[in-house]
Formats: sequence, structure tokens, C-alpha cells
Amino acid sequence: MENLIEVVDWSRLQFAMTAIYHWLFVPLTLGLSVLVAIMESMYLRTKSENWLKATKFWMTLFGINFAVGVATGLILEFEFGTNWSNYSWFVGDIFGAPLAIEGVVAFFMEATFGAVMFFGWNKVSPKFHLASTWLTAIGASISALWILVANAWMQYPVGMEFDPVQMRNVMNDFWALFSPIAINKFFHSVFSGWALAGVFVIGVSCYMLWKRRNREFAVNSIKAGAWFGLAGLLLTMYTGDGSAVQVAKHQPMKLAAMEGLYHGSTGQSLTAVGIVNPDKEWNNDEDEYLFEVSIPYGLSILANHKVDSFVPGISDIVNGISINENGDTINTVSYAERITRGKLAHKSLEEFDAARRAGDKAAMQKAADELKVNYPYFGYAYFKDVKEAIPPVGLTFTMFRIMVALGTYFLAFYVLTLILVYYKSWIDKARWFYMLAMLSVPFMWICSEAGWAVAEVGRQPWTIQDILPTIAAISDIPVSSVVLTFWMFAAVFTILLAAEVSIMCKYIDKRSKEELYTPEKV
Amino acid sequence: MALEQLQNYWWLLISVLGGILVFLLFVQGGQSMIFGLGINDKRRDEIISAMGSKWELTFTTLVTFGGALFASFPLYYSTCFGGAYWLWILILFSFVLQAVSYEYRRKKGNLYGTRTYDAFLFINGSIGTILLGEAVALFFFGGDFSVNRDNLLTPGSPVISQWGPTHGFETIFTWQNLLMGVMVLFLARTLACLYMMNRIDDQELFMVLKRKLFINGGIFVVMFLAFTAVLWLSDGYTVITEDGRNASVSVTPHKYFFNMVDQWWIITTWAIGVVLVLVGVIRSIFAKHCTSGIWFAGFGTFLVVASLFWTAGYGDTAFLPSYSDPMSSLTIRNASSSKFTLTAMSYASIFIPFVLAYIWYVWRQMDKKSN
Repeated sequence: MENLIEVVDWSRLQFAMTAIYHWLFVPLTLGLSVLVAIMESMYLRTKSENWLKATKFWMTLFGINFAVGVATGLILEFEFGTNWSNYSWFVGDIFGAPLAIEGVVAFFMEATFGAVMFFGWNKVSPKFHLASTWLTAIGASISALWILVANAWMQYPVGMEFDPVQMRNVMNDFWALFSPIAINKFFHSVFSGWALAGVFVIGVSCYMLWKRRNREFAVNSIKAGAWFGLAGLLLTMYTGDGSAVQVAKHQPMKLAAMEGLYHGSTGQSLTAVGIVNPDKEWNNDEDEYLFEVSIPYGLSILANHKVDSFVPGISDIVNGISINENGDTINTVSYAERITRGKLAHKSLEEFDAARRAGDKAAMQKAADELKVNYPYFGYAYFKDVKEAIPPVGLTFTMFRIMVALGTYFLAFYVLTLILVYYKSWIDKARWFYMLAMLSVPFMWICSEAGWAVAEVGRQPWTIQDILPTIAAISDIPVSSVVLTFWMFAAVFTILLAAEVSIMCKYIDKRSKEELYTPEKV
Repeated sequence: MALEQLQNYWWLLISVLGGILVFLLFVQGGQSMIFGLGINDKRRDEIISAMGSKWELTFTTLVTFGGALFASFPLYYSTCFGGAYWLWILILFSFVLQAVSYEYRRKKGNLYGTRTYDAFLFINGSIGTILLGEAVALFFFGGDFSVNRDNLLTPGSPVISQWGPTHGFETIFTWQNLLMGVMVLFLARTLACLYMMNRIDDQELFMVLKRKLFINGGIFVVMFLAFTAVLWLSDGYTVITEDGRNASVSVTPHKYFFNMVDQWWIITTWAIGVVLVLVGVIRSIFAKHCTSGIWFAGFGTFLVVASLFWTAGYGDTAFLPSYSDPMSSLTIRNASSSKFTLTAMSYASIFIPFVLAYIWYVWRQMDKKSN
């Protein structure tokens, strides 16, 4: 196959771009759908027209955002087939199931009840409408559940075994897909959507205050958005802590890359701020950082919740020193040995196939037994050098810090918002805060995207951890085709994003000029 | 259930989804007519409004169809999608354009104007439908590919499904595929006329649609006859599989014709479907004010498409034939998921009747008040 590396790189770029665009729309859908459902519930409980107006206002913004999310999601699903055809065969037996169930269980729910939510105000009873709004929100979250189960499985492949006759992996335990990693990832992603929606609501409301329009509506929305977003952010942080512990146990290389750590120790410090040295390799003596500010014991606490625990670095892991699921230091298989054993696994599979063709059952059994021993390292056989199995350190390190720094900022932002909005109506005088809130909105997206970059870049070069690297997961397509489709999708996604932002801005500006609040009669 | 039964069951479900998907393409058919003769802005809005409440179901069915194919027949997903790359990419591209157009076309600040979004809908409705029809045609007319699982063990060229020098680009221009693609477009336009005659309360538009139905329905019937003749005269592969791998492949003259006739329930379903489509179209054209044609033709379309899927998949037939390497042809035996996965998925499929039930209930609720 010509230009294999180029095809892989462009396919990765295309998939990453689609995923990045998709994640611009999904978290707002996840968060705003729940917030809108809460608002409509309040309307039905209090019969207050103000809740109804708030529901409709935010629901319209939800609808504008929803459409592009749907479009980009379709591309992601099919790109597994178009660009990652080997992957689709090699693990399709396991990976396809969550995608299909998502379609049947969640996507139809979202589509059907979403139509009622948007167009059914005067067509169905208020209770049926509220139920539809909740079912749309629940459908969106269930959809996320199945996708994140599938994603988590790629990073922690369980519930499967290799079938040498078919030369692919097959599922042997469906419920194993709901691993603690999957559950954690699901809640982390969904709650981050709540946090994002909260910032969005506050930012839009502050625009109204900045323009001196609809003060009551804006303040009420800020209160709802701030409590909802703060709850989401705290839960995101809690589940993020869980994620770090899971990564330390199951993907120690990713954690080491997140930290730019090459040589770990007990009581390992955490680099709060720093720049990784681009010349540092796993096997040279260069310094790890150009500069750093560290928190003593920070990484040991983050990774294992123990001050004196050992956290391995990249060089340690390459040399076969790691930690086990209990957080104990262990000697495991070095990467050089993994490559050797991966090649043995390939050889055993070749022998199995030859024996199968010859009808030699004894030889098949012998080869299958040998294959089983070395199969955990199957994917390493595609590498010539151990450094190919190390993720991009600089990008992972930087994205992790952007995520954490912005997450911390938004915690302070939410606290500040609540103080301003509840304490002596300070919000009315704090015009500087309106600008701060509006400027903060895009940074929430950067925070969210950075989180995904850590998760996905940090697990490179694997599509399936230890089993299938990207270089072996590819389709047989010309590089020129992938380059062209990359630019096609880049253009159309950008065009649609520009339209979405423009429509939202226009709608917010227009509606904010109308009366969105009616004083309640006492 | 035994593995073979599960494979049959899942091909049945794929057929059902395929049938529903093609029926729901009436949305695309309607989109392909928004720039038609005599359609002014008001009428265009009426048509788009009628289609707008259903587009998500077509879209969702396409997503579920893809997901179900991935889960139940991953080798097909791997081989066809990665091979007929441009065919599938262009389908996806057209559906991306559709997904935003209904929501954005009339919104202030949409940057590109209503006409642009209407053009997007037209592209999805016409080109997207033809390409989707061509993708279905691959089930019969196949492609230039080979499947070699040993490639996994060749690090420099590890892809198991490899296509010929044009990498599947030729599938877009193969005349049999084009015949089916254009036929599906005219079917979609026919169904769209019938759907709008049922939904839109506008006597003047009703008469316009009736004329359009006559033209589109007529072209569809002619193309359907041509397609049926081509299909029945075509050779197909009879594939014997052992341990999930092809043991022997032989060319069978008129394979698809005999598949339908030998399996009486296929030809029966197909014939009932054809009659229902004809009844729906002819009644709507010649009766004074018939609005129920969509139900006859819609259900008939579902039956015909499902029976065509059965023809392609059952009876030891290759449902993705390789004309350059027949031994690589895909069947529901060699392309399927494992018994464990198909069983697990079968439990999940129990939800399907509930899904259909709530969709039906919601449609009724929404349509009741709008009438």
C-alpha cells in the first residue's frame, strides 16, 4: 500500500476535525436540553409565563445548535467504515453493537420527541410536551452513554477474545463494556456539558444586561445557569479525579504523557505550569522541562490518592516498570519485549492460518495456544521502534494544563457569578462582569475540547489499546482522496458553524429587544 | 438460536430498516422538486414545511441502518464503506447539508440566504437519493475488490479489504448502479407527490402534484421494469461457506430471478408490494380526489425493497459480489458478527416495536391537532 503513513495521518486529521466540530455542538445539547427541561417543569409547576418565555428562548437556541450536532455525528459514525475499514472488521463485532443500540434506543427518542418539543406547543397537551422535552434530554444523554461506552472500550478493551479463524476480536461479555472507565467517562462528559451550558446561559444573559435589556429575565437566567453549571462543574471535577485514577491504572503511558514525566518516583510532584523540552526522548539525558513549577506529591495524590505512591514516567514504562490496578509498583513487560512478543503473536497467527488451510487440527491448537500467550501485545508488532508507541507528549501535556487551568477559572467564575447575582444586587453595577462573562463563553469550549484532546491524543498511537495501532486500522484509499475530503468537510463544517453562530447572535439580539419578562401579579 | 438463524434474523432486520429508509426517502423526493416548474416561494415553503416535520426520521433511520450494518455485518461495513469511499462520502456530504437546511433556511442571520439552503435541500434530495440508490445497487452488482485477512499480518500493507485501481470510484458511474439510483430518485419523487397530496390542503397544489405524479410515477414504472429485467437477467454468485469463510463460489445464471422464485415468500412479497405501489399511484392519478395513495405505495415500497434485500442476502447469495475476485464476495455467513454479538443485539432489537409504537403515537398526536 502506497503512502500508508500519509493516509493514516490525513485520516487521523479528518477524524479529529470531525470529532472537534462535533464536540462544539454536543456539550451544549447535553447541558441545554436538561436546563430547558428544568425550566419547563418550573413553568408547569408554577404556571408562570416567565418560565414559559425562558423555556422557549433557550429551547430555540438549543434547536439552532442541535442541527449541526446531528450532521457531524452522522459523519463520525460512517467514518469508521470509510477511513478505518480494518478497525471496522477487527473489532466491529464489539464496537458496532453500542452504535447500533444508540440508533435504536436513543437517536429515535431524540428525533421523535425533539419534533414534539420544537413543533408541538399547540398540538399536544402541556404534560405531554414536558414529557417530550425530558425524553429529548434523556435521549441525548443515553446517546452519549452508548458512544462513550464505545470510546471507553477502545481505551480499555474488555469483554472480548481473539478468534484466529476469523482473524478478529469477538465479544464474550456484553456487560463488561460498562466498565468503571466507561461509566466515569460518561458522567465526566455529560456533566462537562452541564458546566458548558451554564457558562453559555450566563454569557448570553450578560449580553442582555450589557445592552440594558430584560434585566429580570437575564438575572433569573443567570441564577438558573450558575447553579446548574456549578453543579455540573463540581461533578465534572469529581469524575475527572476518577478519570485520572483510572488512567493511572490502565493507561499509565497516557498519564506520563499528560505530565511530560519520563522518570517517575514515589511521592511524585505534579507540574502545575511548565514547558516540556521538545528535544527530550525516552532514552536521552535531556531535561524533561524547559521550566516548571511543581506541586510536591501532587501527581502521586492525583494518580493514586496516596502521598507516597509511585508514578512511572515514560522511560520507566518503556523499560517495563509500571503500576498495577492496586497502585503497586510492578515489573512488567518492556516495550522492546512487547514488540518481540507482538511479532511472535503474528507468527503464531500465521501458523494457525496455515494449519487451518491444511486441516491440521493439532497444529491449529498449538498455534492458538501460543497466540493466546502473546496476544496482549499483538499491536506492538506493527512498530519498528519503541518510540512509535509513545504518544505526542507536548500536545498532551499542554492540553491537560489548558483544561485544568480553565476548569479552575470557571469554578471561580461560577462562585463569583453567584455572589454578584445574590448579594445586594451587585450584578446591576458590575458592567465589567458582563464583558468578562461574554468573553468567557468561548473559553469554556476550549476547556471542553482540550479535555477531549487529552483523552484522544494521550492514547496514541492506539485505536484499540495495545491491540490495534492507527497504522493498522486504516482503509485502502488514495491519500489524495482523504486530503480532498478533509478539506471538503473542513469547508462545510466551517460554513455551517459560521451560520450557526450568526443565527444565534441575531436571534439573541432580536429577542432580547422584546419583552421577555412580565411582572408577576401578587 | 443457531448462528445461521441469527444471521438470517439480522439480515431480515437490515431489510426492514432498508425498506423503511427507502420509503422515508419521500422527504428527499420532495426536496428534489422544490425548484420545479410552477413552484413559487409560497408553494416551496408549503412543500418544505410538509417535509420538515419528517426529515429527522429519514436521517435517524439512515444512522440506525448504518449502525445495524456495522454491528451485524462488520465485514460489509469494512469492505464497502472503505472501498466505495467516494460514493459514501458524497452521500454523507449531502446529508450534512440537509441536516441544517430545514432549521436554518428561514432564520435571520443565516449568512447565505434561503435560496442557498433550498439548494442544499435540492442537492440532498436529488444527488443524495441517486447515490443512496447506487449504494443499494452494490448489493447486486458488487465491486472490484478482494478480501484477504492475512494482510493483517503485513505491517506495510495491513488492509484486509482492497479495491481495484480506481478505489471504488467507478461504482458511481456503473450503468446498473446508475439505473437503480435514478429509479430510486423517481420512486422518491413519486412517493413525495403522494405524501404531499395527503398532507397539504391546497387544491391548486393538489392538481400540480397530480400532474407531477403522473410524470414521475410513469418514469419510475418504466425504470422499475428495466431494473427488474436487468436484475433477473443478471448472473449471481452462489457461495458455500465453511467456518465463516468462503469454501466455493460458483456463477449461477439468473441467480436473482431464481432466488425470488425458489423462495416463494420473496416473490409473493415482491408481487404484493408492486401491486400496492401501482394501486397507490394509479388511484391517485385517476381518482377525483384520492389522498390515501401514500399508504398503499408507501407500504408497497417497503415490501418491494425488503424483498429485494432478501433476494440479495438469502439463498447462499453474495450480497456484495466481487467481480474481480469472486472468492472474496461477501455473504451474510462470512460477513456477520459472532453468535454472541448477534444474540446480544437480538435482545436489543426487542426495543424496535416499542420504538415504532411511540413514533406512530407521536405522529398521530402531532397530526391530529394540525388537521
